[in-house]
Amino acid sequence: MSAARRMAALIALLAALSAGVAGAVQPDEILDDPALEERARALSRELRCLVCRNQSIDDSDADLARDLRLLVRERLVAGDSDEEAMAFIVERYGEYVLLRPTFTGANLLLWTAGPAMLMLGFGGALIYLRRRAAGRGPAPLSEEERRELERMLEG
Amino acid sequence: MLNELAQFALILAFVVALVQSVIPLIGAARRNPVWMSVAEPAALSQVILLGFAFVVLTRAFVLSDFSLAVVAANSHTDKPLLYKITGTWGNHEGSLLLWALILSLFGAAAALFGGNLPPTLRARVLAVQGSIGVAFLAFMLFTSNPFLRLTQPPLNGQGLNPLLQDPGLAFHPPFLYLGYVGLSMSFSFAVAALIEGRVDAAWGRWVRPWTLAAWLFLTVGIALGSWWAYYELGWGGFWFWDPVENASFMPWLISAALLHSAIVVEKREALKSWTVLLAILAFGFSIMGTFIVRSGVLTSVHAFATDPARGVFILGILAFFMGGALTLYALRAHALESRAVFSVISRESTLVVNNILLAVSAFVVFFGTMWPLAAEMFFGRKLTVGPPFFDAAFTPFMVMLALLLPVGTLLPWKRARLRRALRPLRGVALLAIAGGGLVWALQTGRTALGPLGTALALWVSLGAAMDLWQRTGRGDLAGRLGRLSRLPRADLGRVLGHGGFGITIFGIAAMLAWTVEDIRVARVGESFEVGGYEITLAGVRRERGPNYETVMADMVVTRDGRPVARLNPEKRVYDASGMPTTEAALDSGLLRDVYLVIGDPQQGGGWAVRSYVKPFANWIWAGAIVMALGGVLSLSDRRYRVAAGAGRRLRAGGVAAR
Repeated sequence: MSAARRMAALIALLAALSAGVAGAVQPDEILDDPALEERARALSRELRCLVCRNQSIDDSDADLARDLRLLVRERLVAGDSDEEAMAFIVERYGEYVLLRPTFTGANLLLWTAGPAMLMLGFGGALIYLRRRAAGRGPAPLSEEERRELERMLEG
Repeated sequence: MLNELAQFALILAFVVALVQSVIPLIGAARRNPVWMSVAEPAALSQVILLGFAFVVLTRAFVLSDFSLAVVAANSHTDKPLLYKITGTWGNHEGSLLLWALILSLFGAAAALFGGNLPPTLRARVLAVQGSIGVAFLAFMLFTSNPFLRLTQPPLNGQGLNPLLQDPGLAFHPPFLYLGYVGLSMSFSFAVAALIEGRVDAAWGRWVRPWTLAAWLFLTVGIALGSWWAYYELGWGGFWFWDPVENASFMPWLISAALLHSAIVVEKREALKSWTVLLAILAFGFSIMGTFIVRSGVLTSVHAFATDPARGVFILGILAFFMGGALTLYALRAHALESRAVFSVISRESTLVVNNILLAVSAFVVFFGTMWPLAAEMFFGRKLTVGPPFFDAAFTPFMVMLALLLPVGTLLPWKRARLRRALRPLRGVALLAIAGGGLVWALQTGRTALGPLGTALALWVSLGAAMDLWQRTGRGDLAGRLGRLSRLPRADLGRVLGHGGFGITIFGIAAMLAWTVEDIRVARVGESFEVGGYEITLAGVRRERGPNYETVMADMVVTRDGRPVARLNPEKRVYDASGMPTTEAALDSGLLRDVYLVIGDPQQGGGWAVRSYVKPFANWIWAGAIVMALGGVLSLSDRRYRVAAGAGRRLRAGGVAAR
């Protein structure tokens, strides 16, 4: 285990220890403009709390999540669009921060896997069902089976 | 001394399992009844050995025997008795012992009630079950021994994670294990059938009750976990698409598919090889879940006891059983296909589509859960796959499933005329659309989620009711009601299961669409309005619990001047760990929950207060309970009873044992 990974594990542990407190959005963070606040909340649900285990910054009360929530609001107040604010944060923290993986590069595999499997499944099922419907009845008895049947009927 | 005896019992159980996995298999191959009959006493003695070990470990937790490493690390003298007992499985080692005990219980049940199975099949099923026991007992003995002693026992233990000190979570793991392990029975039947080279209607009938039992335990376990998260984590979320949640959800989806395909095997002797494959995969996902929870490869809110060595061991178990079973499947599956004939429009076909939707949705969850790992390993990208992905990628499958469901239940087997079969559903569709429209007109916010969710829920649950009505045949009301009371329980179970699914759909849609949230600073004595309720912060006081300090708020909820509830949300700090937790206070109701959370004191005075009104929240879990009840009802049907056929024999010979 590399030092960086050990560090990451430690951070995760500390975050886990502080988890469980409902904190999330604090009253003093809320913006006065309800429309702007609504947008900030929507963005918060798309961003990961970096030191937590799988929580959005909207749900987490870690200090870093609070910093990020404040940063989102700062950008929105400064007049950024939703996309600009997200781009700003991804620029700083990397795509790890996004809870919704982007539609780029290898991620296309992730996004198309479900629909592709479904198509494959339906395709396979259609072939299977056609064959079923074609109505091949029970196979005729093999020579061996016929002999056994005769033996049973006689015996 | 007792602890050492229990340790010895574990080792003995391991040896017995080894015998059980080898001798009956050879016996079955050679048609040797003596060798085959070894399986039964072996399976029964494992229950006794592991039961003894489990009782001893529980005793150590109750008596706070800190000479055991696992007790010292996970218990504390101040803990309430209930949580000392549940603490037995609130840790890696103890939960593994519970796992093994449940595994042996299922094995013993198969030995006792499997009297009507062909002897070779029974010997093979028990042998496969024994080999699973070998793997997990070896895992326990070599990497996670619950009876490890400390040379210098501490004066007191380190305490159980306070989050786990809760009734909802205390009983969540045992139900999940019952589910995971129950799927081992389906797996054993599948592998045994592959060895036998024979799958027929009787096989489908034997596999179904085990799968049904596993599925219903998983349903209860998942619902308990979700309910716990809802009231405990403090913001009223009920599902987070956390890797560990997904780990339990994937086997649930696959076992639901298996449940349906086993019906086709039983009724029509079709879909045999597919059903065998599902049975193998369902258990594969169960082991995968164990791997995800215990290896720590995927960080998650509640991964516990993470250790790479353990992860590698479980991965080995997974590779062995899946590799072995799938190889066997590749060699033998072609021999299983039947020649049953059915048309493209038939109940068989809708069950095939049901299976595709459930299996692919499980695959989507799997892909999303594993993707961060794959992306980092193969593409060097460190990324996250979170709830927004799963909501978008998974939901469509459930919507398609719900749309198809009422149609499938009304189509006859073999060959159907779509127009005629759908006639009874016209009214249902009209009512569903009307209900959705009504909701659209009534709701304040203009989201589509509420109306669409309502329409879908009505379609599914009224469709289930129509399914029931159609089963009562034709004629006057009295005759129909009479027939209704005589319907087989499996039919009632199906209707309840499907109806529960509809209820859960409605609960989820309603809660997501119409929750009202309010976050503010409130001073003592201050009142505010949330979603039509007047909430007053009457006071805040500090108190002392059995093993924690608490800050408790006293809040009064009224509506139109009439009192509704007096609630006490808390913030606790547990002594042993110093870990703070939030205890939300809920006034639960049929139509809505009022959900209050007290936060930190604010600098300028007052307290941070979070209030939610969550409409129809309880319907989510109520639906799950109804689904599980459907499973119970179906399981109690005489035709599918686990002991069917064996019952008479048992009654004759088993009275003395009682």
